[in-house]
Amino acid sequence: MSNNKLKIAFYWAASCGGCEIAVLDINEKILEVVQIADIVFWPVALDVKYKDVEAMADKYIDITFFNGSIRNSEQEHMAKLLRQKSKTLVAFGSCAHEGCVPGLANLNDRKEIFKQVYINDKSNVNPQGVIPQTHSKVEEGTLEIPVFYDTVRTLGQTVDVDYFLPGCPPPVKLIAGAIDAIASGTLPPKGSVLAPLKAVCDECPRKRENKKIDKIYRVYEKTPEPEKCLLEQGILCMGIATRSGCGAQCLKVDMPCTGCGGACPNVPEQGAAMMSALASILGYDGEPGKTQYTEKDVEKLLGQVKDTVGTFYMYSLPASILKRKVIKNE
Amino acid sequence: MNEIVIDPITRLEGHGNVSIFLDDNGEVENAYLKIPELRGFEKFCIGRKAELMPQLTTRICGVCPVAHHFAATKALDVAFNVEPPSAAKKLRELMYSAYYIYDHTLHFYYLGGPDFVVGPDAPPEKRNILGVIEKVGMPVAKEVIKHRAYGQKITEIIGGKATHPVCGLPGGISKPLSEENRQEIEKMAASCVNFAQFTLNLFHDVVLGNTEYVDMIKSQAYTMPTYYMGTVDENNKVNFYDGKIRVVDPTGQEFVKFEPKDYLKHIGEHVEEWTYSKFPYLKEVGWKGEVAGKDSGIYRVGPLARLNASDGMTTPLAQAEYLVMYKTLGGKPIHDTLAFHWARLIELLYATEHTMELAKDPEITSTNVRNKPGEPTEGVGITEAARGTLIHHYVLDQDALVKDVNLIVATTNNYPAICMSIRDAAKGLIHNCKVDQGILNRVEMAFRAYDPCFGCATHVAIGQMPLTVKVYNAQKQLIHTVSR
Repeated sequence: MSNNKLKIAFYWAASCGGCEIAVLDINEKILEVVQIADIVFWPVALDVKYKDVEAMADKYIDITFFNGSIRNSEQEHMAKLLRQKSKTLVAFGSCAHEGCVPGLANLNDRKEIFKQVYINDKSNVNPQGVIPQTHSKVEEGTLEIPVFYDTVRTLGQTVDVDYFLPGCPPPVKLIAGAIDAIASGTLPPKGSVLAPLKAVCDECPRKRENKKIDKIYRVYEKTPEPEKCLLEQGILCMGIATRSGCGAQCLKVDMPCTGCGGACPNVPEQGAAMMSALASILGYDGEPGKTQYTEKDVEKLLGQVKDTVGTFYMYSLPASILKRKVIKNE
Repeated sequence: MNEIVIDPITRLEGHGNVSIFLDDNGEVENAYLKIPELRGFEKFCIGRKAELMPQLTTRICGVCPVAHHFAATKALDVAFNVEPPSAAKKLRELMYSAYYIYDHTLHFYYLGGPDFVVGPDAPPEKRNILGVIEKVGMPVAKEVIKHRAYGQKITEIIGGKATHPVCGLPGGISKPLSEENRQEIEKMAASCVNFAQFTLNLFHDVVLGNTEYVDMIKSQAYTMPTYYMGTVDENNKVNFYDGKIRVVDPTGQEFVKFEPKDYLKHIGEHVEEWTYSKFPYLKEVGWKGEVAGKDSGIYRVGPLARLNASDGMTTPLAQAEYLVMYKTLGGKPIHDTLAFHWARLIELLYATEHTMELAKDPEITSTNVRNKPGEPTEGVGITEAARGTLIHHYVLDQDALVKDVNLIVATTNNYPAICMSIRDAAKGLIHNCKVDQGILNRVEMAFRAYDPCFGCATHVAIGQMPLTVKVYNAQKQLIHTVSR
């Protein structure tokens, strides 16, 4: 092993494993990675002990790709440890970047989640109302599990992050691009999102006619015309407010973008950007001169959107200005 | 009473960890596999749009998103009271079979296989995909990478994205398959059939050709009689995508066969304080704690369980191998946990053959792939994820928003059995307080056979978990910590 090789680590916190699969999906390129880099830590594929990471000197690892959000005490600990041991820390994938689907848990708190999972779930047989405890006594001794936090946080809300690789999971093209930039020493300035500056719409081959829409369809209510913009057919598509890099993959099978690429550059947040875009598209096409709508008109148009939080913030609630639902505990 | 020592390793210990307690004689008294995480999908999916469930729930697991995607989609078919057109069902099943190709290949070569291919006693730094490449050579490694990618590619063609597909809709699928894409799939499928046969040959040479391995598979430490669950077609043959749920008892007799909608009559979930995962069991038998046998409601799911719970495979090559396995390991059912690996490869072969069948089906390019959904109500959807039976149950309100969710995922079904397999392996292998890395490897093999995806079970790790085993003496003092 040459000492000039880069030292790379992969780690996952609260995530689904899809980011790990995305790394494997670079296929033969993984063999290139092994040429330029030593993988010093990758729990899913290599037997490297956690204590070995602890023993590393500070900044020993050149680049750590960290996926998953921070949901419990153990993940927070690992985020801090890997920050300390790494020169460059990359938030890899939507969970680490903006909180992703598991971040919707911020609509609830620990108590509500535990109640549903351990008490209310239909298949539970739990007459004693048992709920997992951080410390619990069993016949042979005491067992410990990590503390489950009320709020899901992104990696950037937990430690200082150098780069963000968006997507759920990040598209292979973006991963390969990041690897090439690392290999050639051409990474952009710290804090950059390693993705194109465009929106998904810019990569989408569907035709737009700048039509207004007055009716919003649920995706199962309408079979869309294959060549035309879905949003202009009344199917809510987040492409206009979502960062590209995916090649508009979902659109290729006639399904709308749900926003996994996160916010576009230079907008404060994705959900607000989408609502603003929608506000300018919603209207009555038969009334071209009509620029003023009554409050009732607006309410009727926007009222068609069900579950606004889940729709506009499916991947970005923890990173949004909303962050979480405020729950008052008596 | 000694509490667990809160040292850096405790806080560091990864996504699954085992505590082993010894008695006065240094023998294993008990062992606990703790699942340290939960994400709470059953709660935060409430209030979401029903049609998003096939996409929200893929995020339970990025290794088996296709399983969640279609369990969810099938639950929506029922909830919206709509039957998909025949071509849509076939397309879903085609994608589903391709997912098995990718997932079972991943497990054998990347995650579980290193134990056998590189060897259970090889040093940890060699027991990984790179060690496998070293052992089998670069040309084979490239074949592995290629065919795993084929499974993903087929999923991407039909599903839009391979990881976290989007095509499932109540009443069908979003887009028909073009003839051009069909031909591409057929070509990949043909190659996959050969690759699966090659993999089985490798397994025969490396594993079954080695009497030491065969003895290990059959040894007491890795044997556990339980109930077995799997989905079967009308002839009781294995089916991954659809059918009735069949359970056989530890003697191999049919215990019950039920429709997905009736799952609550048969499955209950027990809760313990010391882990975030729940413990499913057969209600008719009851929760008797972590014990095996006919009087305990604990059952197993996944490749070996599916084969035990069925009467065979519908494709010729896989069926032939099915018969070989039962002949070699002494008839049905097989209770040897390590035989999961063999069963998984038989399923890999079946998945490739079935992908081929479906790719050649004249109806597969039909453009009739969507039927109109009815009014939103309630529905249960069950599929066989690669790791076992997967249950999604939704109640919808009049706006087709989700009102209630229940999920029992593959690895959760196996969790009680995995706990016991670890305990039994520990009991069989650890004596006189002697614990070292080698013994740890062997204990670990007991759970890796299940391909445990705690990403699914609550989310934890996929496949190979970072693991810390702590051993306590009779005075409850920590005497060993072995990590990897």
